Amino acid sequence: MFKFILKRISIAIPTILILIVFSFLLMHSAPGGPFTSERPLPDEVLKNINAKYGLDKPMYVQMFNYVWGIVTNFDFGPSFRYKDRSVNDIIAQGFPVTLKYGSWAFIFAVSFGISLGIIAAIRQNTIIDYIAVGFSISAQVLPNFVMAPILVLIFTLYLGWLPGGGWEGGQIQFVIMPVIALSTSYMASIARLTRSSMLEVLNSNFIRTAKAKGLSKIKIILFHALKPTLLPVISYLGPAFVGMITGSVVIDMYFSTGGIGLHFVRGALNRDYSTIMGITILIGCLTVTFNLLVDILYAWVDPKIRY
Amino acid sequence: MRGLIPKSDIKMIILKNNIEKLSKNLSELNEVKGRSLWHDARVRFFKNKAAVISVILLSAILIFSFIGPIFSQWTNEEIDWGVLGDISTLGYPSIDSGHYFGTDELGRDLYSRVIQGTKISLMVGFVGALIAVFVGTLYGSIAGYFGGRIDSIMMRLVDILMSIPYMFVLILLLVIFGRSIFMLFIGIGLISWLDMARIVRGQTLSIRKKEFIEAAIATGVGNFTIIIRHIIPNLLGVVAVYATLLVPGMILAESFISFLGLGVQEPNTSWGALISEGAGTMRYGTIWQLLFPLFFFVVSLFSFYFIGDGLRDALDPKDI
Repeated sequence: MFKFILKRISIAIPTILILIVFSFLLMHSAPGGPFTSERPLPDEVLKNINAKYGLDKPMYVQMFNYVWGIVTNFDFGPSFRYKDRSVNDIIAQGFPVTLKYGSWAFIFAVSFGISLGIIAAIRQNTIIDYIAVGFSISAQVLPNFVMAPILVLIFTLYLGWLPGGGWEGGQIQFVIMPVIALSTSYMASIARLTRSSMLEVLNSNFIRTAKAKGLSKIKIILFHALKPTLLPVISYLGPAFVGMITGSVVIDMYFSTGGIGLHFVRGALNRDYSTIMGITILIGCLTVTFNLLVDILYAWVDPKIRY
Repeated sequence: MRGLIPKSDIKMIILKNNIEKLSKNLSELNEVKGRSLWHDARVRFFKNKAAVISVILLSAILIFSFIGPIFSQWTNEEIDWGVLGDISTLGYPSIDSGHYFGTDELGRDLYSRVIQGTKISLMVGFVGALIAVFVGTLYGSIAGYFGGRIDSIMMRLVDILMSIPYMFVLILLLVIFGRSIFMLFIGIGLISWLDMARIVRGQTLSIRKKEFIEAAIATGVGNFTIIIRHIIPNLLGVVAVYATLLVPGMILAESFISFLGLGVQEPNTSWGALISEGAGTMRYGTIWQLLFPLFFFVVSLFSFYFIGDGLRDALDPKDI
């Protein structure tokens, strides 16, 4: 187990380094410096600004400084657009918001998806099953950027129950729609995965043995069928996590929740390279860490897996 | 022997007149027409109602995007000054005004815009899938065929690329190299092949051990000829299935970026951009601006998924 974890970490660290170096090189290959504008600055001013941001040094020194800053202090440097703020400030401002509705969405998708899938599998070919399958198929074509306007249309414009956007420190009525919009399509995928996996498990021999022993249905499902059922679901958690983080960009834009995605798109629109790089790298680190955890969880649940 | 005859054939043989026909064919020593693997798959595919309906719907949308402009009375860039300023009461869909789908917030004809958006979205979907098929198949089959160290290095690279949050990197690319459809293609193409490469590699690993490959090696055929002539043709079923499922994925990715306003640029548009516009203005009572693009988006995605499922059942890659 220890060796396995060590091996996974030895893949994870180069991945993050490659991401950092790659985005750094990308930024450098961008046409024009960060301070080229329509009204060109005087040469002396430009020189001073470049010196302040360390842009006058050779590229490999800059790269080393950048990587070193991230690795040692988790410091992404100053924002190139907002002179008074660093990328860390921006992240510190937006990240808690994203984390809050993101983790709710994740918990929501996983718990409801799994329960729905299990119920559908147990009641196979009944009306409950058909509703669950119908839901999970239709939710597949309802990604977050389609769900968000539909929800606002129903709950804000017609029913008037929920506010159509804003955050206000994360009060419950502002969190509901972002969570639903973000989680629906993943909940559907998890439900589908759980259902088919559960059906397969329920047909296997050890379940028949358990039935023959006279165990109750609830016991069979909870203690025997659940664990093998969840294996494919666990391997889907990584992609689901990435998808939700990505989807948070849409949520932030549409519901004006002020999370990290809002800063990302703003940075993208006014070419604030250091901010979008910082956010990309942060998300990359999160993703890699999360995938590592999922891999370890997977190996722990299923001891057969060693790669 | 029983396994060799498909169930439908057994049924056919049981029918009485078929038996007569069979006996007649046998007695006259007529040549029996063989059925290829692809023919069988076609028969199975056309038995799947959802898939057939999806093919019809998708063809209808495709044809609409080509012949639709003939009926439009406004181009996608023309502004109808008569409705501008009061879109919610004057810009609604009507045959009389020539705006079959209404107008958008700037008084442009939504009908023409939807047609244009359909064209671009479908093009992104197909081109993205095509790139993925080319690169992914080649990469995966090379990794799988050579195996060993080459395989593990190539697949490690895929693993690393896969764990990068690609949407963020794609947006980074778009920002740095300028937003254009061409850049969008490159960006989407860069990531879309990863899944394909994995699937193809898995299949290649099992094909590589078959006797006909051994025979090809024994007769001195070159490695790349083996890959192109012997391995890739045997992968086509799997590739076709995943390519069909890739198209909606590409459309989704493009729509996502366009929804954020980072994708296609005006006056071009796509489903994602149209949905974004409609979603932004629906609170002013112009709900059609959301519903028309949304309808095309949802119907096409549904169709692609059902066709993909139908193809998978027809070609049954699980058996390979």
